[in-house]
Amino acid sequence: MTSTFRALLGATALCALAPAAFAETLTIATVNNGDMIRMQGLTADFTAQHPDITLEWVTLEENVLRERVTADIATGGGQFDVLTIGTYEVPIWGAAGWLTSLNDLPASWDADDLLPAIRGGLTVDGNLYAAPFYGESSMVMYRTDLMAAAGMEMPAAPTWADIRAAAEAMNDPANEIYGICLRGKAGWGENTAFITAMSNSFGARWFDETWQPQFDSPQWAATLDFYLDLLNNFGPPGASSNGFNENLALFQQGKCGMWIDATVAASFVTGADSTVAEHVGFALAPDNGLGKRSNWLWAWSLAIPSSTDTPEAAKAFVAWATSKEYLALVAANEGWANVPPGTRASLYANPEYAAVPFAQMTLDSINAADPNNPTVDPVPYVGVQFVAIPEFQGIGTQVGQIFSAALAGQMTATEALAQAQALTTREMTAAGYIQ
Amino acid sequence: MSTQASRSAARLMLSPAVILLLGWMIVPLAMTLWFSTLRYRLLSPGPVSWNFPNNYTFFVTDPAFVAALLNTLVLVVAVLFITVVFGTLLALLLDQPMWGQGIVRIMVIAPFFVMPTVAALVWKNMFMSPTSGLFAELLKAFGLTPIDFFAHYPLASVIAIVSWEWLPFATLILLTSLQSLDREQVEAAEMDGAGPVRRFWFIALPHLARAITVVILIQTIFLLSIFAEIRVTTNGGPGTASTNLPFLVYLRSLSQFDVGTGAAGGVVAIILANIVAIFLMRAVGKNLDA
Amino acid sequence: MARAVTPRRKAITTAAAWTIGFVIFFPILWTILTSFKTEAEAIASPPSFLFFDWTLENYVTVQQRSDYFGHFWNSVVISFGSTLLGLIIAIPAAWSMAFVPGKRTKDLLMWMLSTKMMPAVGVLVPIYLGFKSLGLLDTRLGLVAILTMINLPIIVWMLYTYFKEIPGEILEAARMDGASLRSEILYVLAPMAVPGIASTLLLNVILAWNEAFWTLNLTAAKAAPLTAFIASYSSPEGLFYAKLSAASTMAIAPILIMGWFSQKQLVRGLTFGAVK
Repeated sequence: MTSTFRALLGATALCALAPAAFAETLTIATVNNGDMIRMQGLTADFTAQHPDITLEWVTLEENVLRERVTADIATGGGQFDVLTIGTYEVPIWGAAGWLTSLNDLPASWDADDLLPAIRGGLTVDGNLYAAPFYGESSMVMYRTDLMAAAGMEMPAAPTWADIRAAAEAMNDPANEIYGICLRGKAGWGENTAFITAMSNSFGARWFDETWQPQFDSPQWAATLDFYLDLLNNFGPPGASSNGFNENLALFQQGKCGMWIDATVAASFVTGADSTVAEHVGFALAPDNGLGKRSNWLWAWSLAIPSSTDTPEAAKAFVAWATSKEYLALVAANEGWANVPPGTRASLYANPEYAAVPFAQMTLDSINAADPNNPTVDPVPYVGVQFVAIPEFQGIGTQVGQIFSAALAGQMTATEALAQAQALTTREMTAAGYIQ
Repeated sequence: MSTQASRSAARLMLSPAVILLLGWMIVPLAMTLWFSTLRYRLLSPGPVSWNFPNNYTFFVTDPAFVAALLNTLVLVVAVLFITVVFGTLLALLLDQPMWGQGIVRIMVIAPFFVMPTVAALVWKNMFMSPTSGLFAELLKAFGLTPIDFFAHYPLASVIAIVSWEWLPFATLILLTSLQSLDREQVEAAEMDGAGPVRRFWFIALPHLARAITVVILIQTIFLLSIFAEIRVTTNGGPGTASTNLPFLVYLRSLSQFDVGTGAAGGVVAIILANIVAIFLMRAVGKNLDA
Repeated sequence: MARAVTPRRKAITTAAAWTIGFVIFFPILWTILTSFKTEAEAIASPPSFLFFDWTLENYVTVQQRSDYFGHFWNSVVISFGSTLLGLIIAIPAAWSMAFVPGKRTKDLLMWMLSTKMMPAVGVLVPIYLGFKSLGLLDTRLGLVAILTMINLPIIVWMLYTYFKEIPGEILEAARMDGASLRSEILYVLAPMAVPGIASTLLLNVILAWNEAFWTLNLTAAKAAPLTAFIASYSSPEGLFYAKLSAASTMAIAPILIMGWFSQKQLVRGLTFGAVK
């Protein structure tokens, strides 16, 4: 053997003993929202701290991802180590024992810093099952210039009557400006989410304590009538197929006087793609003085399935991506306006973040929502703009189809509510909630 | 014509395909039939229990069931009609001598290359949107009010999108079949004084009969399970106006991972598809021979 | 000999064909144009057709953010793999059904087609469970297997159609000349069947390329093809039309190129003058 060859053998042997033997791969399933994409861009920071962990990404559109991840976790497929799920899945999956508890994350991660509403939405039986990546509520975004031209002022905490008056004043269809843009597209996460949150402020609820659907109640009638009245009189054409994206496009082009939707939209409407970026004001989602506003609550969070074979590496990643240090990292690289909002109180106590125009309103909106007590009257479920039961995706979309049909003028509000009642009762009976 | 040797050779050559398809069909079908008798909800607590025939009755007594059936049939028939008629005309046109034939052919076939989800998104937002779509702009230029396609004509809009996607398929198969048309026959007829319509009706059309039959059969199978376009554009709404059978199965089962009802819905869809297929075979099946 | 086509008639045909072709192609052209716009420009109303600030930023972003070539390679392997495997199985089967038909041939054909009638949404869970126990989740092999199964009936049908077009007399003549079965298939059948096989190949590769249910639900990070690539650019809460257009253009481009090159094969005529 030549000396070179022996050296090569030795080097090879050394390599075999190297830390590469401890390398782990994490498969992360995530949504393609702006903040997630930013996180993927910043993973060099994580890899520097944990060189032995390789990250593999599966990025999909929200609905497809939910379907994919649910199929996997419910069948114990074991394809993913870290999941991006929301406040809808966590209560269901946590109760089913499919998620790993995160109570043992290091103290430096500071679980007490999490906003109480968000933390509450992700905790089941005292176990925190997901770490919030960003949180959102809903609020009113309105055109300050159009309000001024109409001689009106938007209160910081408007009522629904204020909203209607403002929509009427700003409505100018001849110039393609519509008083208010709201979600109308059918879907449990589209129009149903909005109308459910709205119904909370009207004192309505989906089910009473014995799981009987409540669509025949006067509060629901009031909610749907008001919603239809607003959109039919002051809404854009084609409202019944407008979801978040369509309304965002309308607002950015200056065609909406007001838009009540997710707080994350704030950064879009004041950003570079918006033609009305300087003329946007914010207000809390409206109420009717009954004690519950129409804010909703959602947090995209990172969770670890219990079937993973790399729990420690997964926890390290989850802790990194949801830590205070990560927020600072984003601020340093992309500016404070792009920091994932709505998860930690320390973010909002930071004076530099307070300079972002919608920061305070986002915080107030999140604090105004309580997923464990979403409605005026008591209910057997959790969730503000949804009902955290597995059947809700199907029921919510079907009820959304009915509401969308009412908006398209194909049935009256009374007929719509009657259909919704019949449909929901039927499904809940088949599912075993109603005996 | 076929000897004993070639017949047994034929059977031998046929067997891999048959065996594979048999296995592929039987295993999932058996599992589906089995699951359709169970109460099996992946996301809900509680044991898996016997539930026959409740899954079926639940699915079939659904108020939306009849509407979904009708929508499915309307969708299939309408798209078939549009694609076969226009596909034949296009194939005839593309068969003619012209300049730049290759480019035109690619342009006509290109819609088939696009993913259905993307096609649906493009049509929804760039063309049919009543506020910012091209159709709206055109109507506004003429002083008319824009049409809200997906609210007032949801099924027709879906039909339009699906027809656009499948027209290339029909055109390509018919064009390829047209290439094997005996030109001498056509010329002889022309010299006998037959005009273009008669030449088409009596010579080209019978030759194309088999290809048209294949197009109809294959497309029917695909059109019976249209799903992505509906999910992206209307989510089955407004009401149930654009809900077809696969979408109904999705709503009632996959969205909440109710495996039992989903399997029952799947079995119902198979039964429906088989009925349609039997009808079709009666109507056009004889064209497959000859 | 064919009657000469007058230039005038050729011009009319060309004009008509180009117009119709352009109308059909327009949505795709629009997508390609949108991929060169900024996001704000993409949703602008009234929409701009050709006169806007052309930019390559979408392609840059898409390329940086996702692994186009990884997904592209998966798509190629899966689509071509499943189609070629399907052809290998289907060519003998279609031959036998076309040239040695039995009493039950048509029933067999219908049964094959009926295997496609099961809606995918209803069988997702059984298949997922099956794949999980076989260890086929997130593997290219698993996807090739399932796509072969899904498209095999279509491949058999299309080949059967094209084989039926070939006049049996030619094969008989070859047989009477003493050709063996193998040389009959290779030297007589194959050349005449090339357009049919080519068009079957192209159409099924496209069907497999665009299949967006199984390819999304049975893959994770390793075997995800371009359908997953595109699914990561459409979002219910975010306007990414320009980037989605760029991603779609990058996904369609390979097939457009492939379609362009295989065109000659698709429409080359069969010379039946040789029969007489």
